Amino acid sequence: MLNTYQYPEFDYVQSEEQKSGTVKRHKAVIIGAGPIGLTTALDFAKQGIPVVILDDNNTVSIGSRAVCYAKRPLEIWDRLGVGERMIDKSVVWKVGKVFRDEELVYQFDLLPEDDHKIPAFINLQQYYLEEYMIDEAKKQYGDLIDFRWKSKTISLKNQGDHVALQIETPDGVYKMEADYVVACDGANSDTRKMLGLDFEGQFFQDRFLIADVVMKADFPAERWFWFNPPFHRNQSVLLHMQSDDVWRIDFQLGWDCDPEEEKKPENVIPRLKAMLGDDVEFELEWVSVYQFACRQLQDFKCGRVFIAGDAAHQVSPFGARGANTGVQDIDNLIWKLKLVMDGKAPEKLLESYSEERVFAAADNLLNSTRSTDFITPKSAVSKAFRDAVLDLASDYEFARPLVNSGRLSMPTPYIHSSLNTPDEDTFDGKMVPGTNCADAPVNVEGTEGWFLNHIADSRFKVLTFNTDPGFKKLDINGIPCDVIVVGKDMLDIKNRLKERYDAKDGTTYLLRPDQHVAARWRTFDQHKIETALKRATAQL
Amino acid sequence: MSLKTQANIERPDDFYQELIDLHRDLSEEQSRELNAKLILLLANHIGDMTVLSEAMNAAKKDIEAK
Repeated sequence: MLNTYQYPEFDYVQSEEQKSGTVKRHKAVIIGAGPIGLTTALDFAKQGIPVVILDDNNTVSIGSRAVCYAKRPLEIWDRLGVGERMIDKSVVWKVGKVFRDEELVYQFDLLPEDDHKIPAFINLQQYYLEEYMIDEAKKQYGDLIDFRWKSKTISLKNQGDHVALQIETPDGVYKMEADYVVACDGANSDTRKMLGLDFEGQFFQDRFLIADVVMKADFPAERWFWFNPPFHRNQSVLLHMQSDDVWRIDFQLGWDCDPEEEKKPENVIPRLKAMLGDDVEFELEWVSVYQFACRQLQDFKCGRVFIAGDAAHQVSPFGARGANTGVQDIDNLIWKLKLVMDGKAPEKLLESYSEERVFAAADNLLNSTRSTDFITPKSAVSKAFRDAVLDLASDYEFARPLVNSGRLSMPTPYIHSSLNTPDEDTFDGKMVPGTNCADAPVNVEGTEGWFLNHIADSRFKVLTFNTDPGFKKLDINGIPCDVIVVGKDMLDIKNRLKERYDAKDGTTYLLRPDQHVAARWRTFDQHKIETALKRATAQL
Repeated sequence: MSLKTQANIERPDDFYQELIDLHRDLSEEQSRELNAKLILLLANHIGDMTVLSEAMNAAKKDIEAK
């Protein structure tokens, strides 16, 4: 098989503590250096917290794997300084097309609005994403992020005020302690098993073949999904463009197949030829077969261990909800850990990680299960309805929105969160408490830029429109909060802030360090802001 | 209850005959396909989720009672 990518190998270095045999207490330990673990390391380091990151391997992801990254995780990576490099290397897209046989039955646009910095979606092989985050970690935070490759966690135990771990390396086993652990060790998480946590949900009796194919092809940069195409009858197929002329093709195989046989190039190549035609030259780069599950833990916190990403929740891949949700787990967790580590917020704040992210995972699971029921109907009646929808969709507009080839990942607003201050005034639009902030073009000190980049330093912000309270900062029980006056400190150059935040003169928002709305009012009231910030940090 | 359960079809026998005739000479599989399409068309025409849920529950309740 061909290689468009040279996999880096990271050196295993024996740690000082293993060499000297001393048990060291670390502030934070991350298990797993995949996309979620690396995001965790960057977020901790950005807040000045030293971390140890353990991985049992010493390279990046083998194969393209996650591929599709959505707007919100890219905004988070942009906050962490790696988003632009990912976007530059990627294929940017926003249109999805659904075909049945050879006919287009449904089309969607994921970002019909202008004036957002970050695109709706990009496609990028997971290895690039990981490589860029490792580069950033080494370049910016060499002294804060301690990479430990070929270091497998073999035991882990909550011990009241710390977590005790045992790590196996090529030099044997050593012990370490951590104030907090973030487990990002994927779907087959050993950490989850060591903690004795069980998933709730279901496995689907279907398998998909994934192939990374290198070819020059003139498909557009869109997501194409086929039901029952002539080249793969009675099944579905998904096509995505990636960078370096690599294309990702997923073939539904059904349940009665032998995954090991299907992976062999001599069986994959005829499927591709049937799809692409005999005259398209291509080479295989990577092949895998997967079965999918829709399941999650009921609590993402276990003592001092936080479970994130696929280790905490798994969904079917149609919707790009795996890695994309995992990144949002971390966005939610790290600012809370920072405040608790600094003694500025009570331990109780950490429980809201599980509250908010379990809620988001349930929303993802629901969407993912619905897509899977459409793509892989479980009964004859379910299949009859699915086929009826597809039949009707070619003649009748009403049936097209029922076609479900995957509803693509959107952030889940924490509308019921205990950290929110409920509205007491009337607002229109999407920015209800618990929602991630919409972006907008702004001008600050004569420089045009983006709103989200101006609220990216992991501090609370007060955004107030055309009313100057006369001070730039609040200090609420030791928690700093910056005041941004729109119309003075920040110019709303296209009126998108006003529009997206339904703002009038005096409208005031309290924004969390993870760029989510905590509270909003029609007037600036310092007492109310202080109370809302206390609520958003679990002090009430 | 938003779902109409009082008689609402002007000529019930005509409707019933047309419905049965529609399925004449179809296999069970074809009938299932036809029913699925009919339900989807009617559901969209109704549109009101409350009415649709009430109808779905009413249909199922009868089956469970048997």
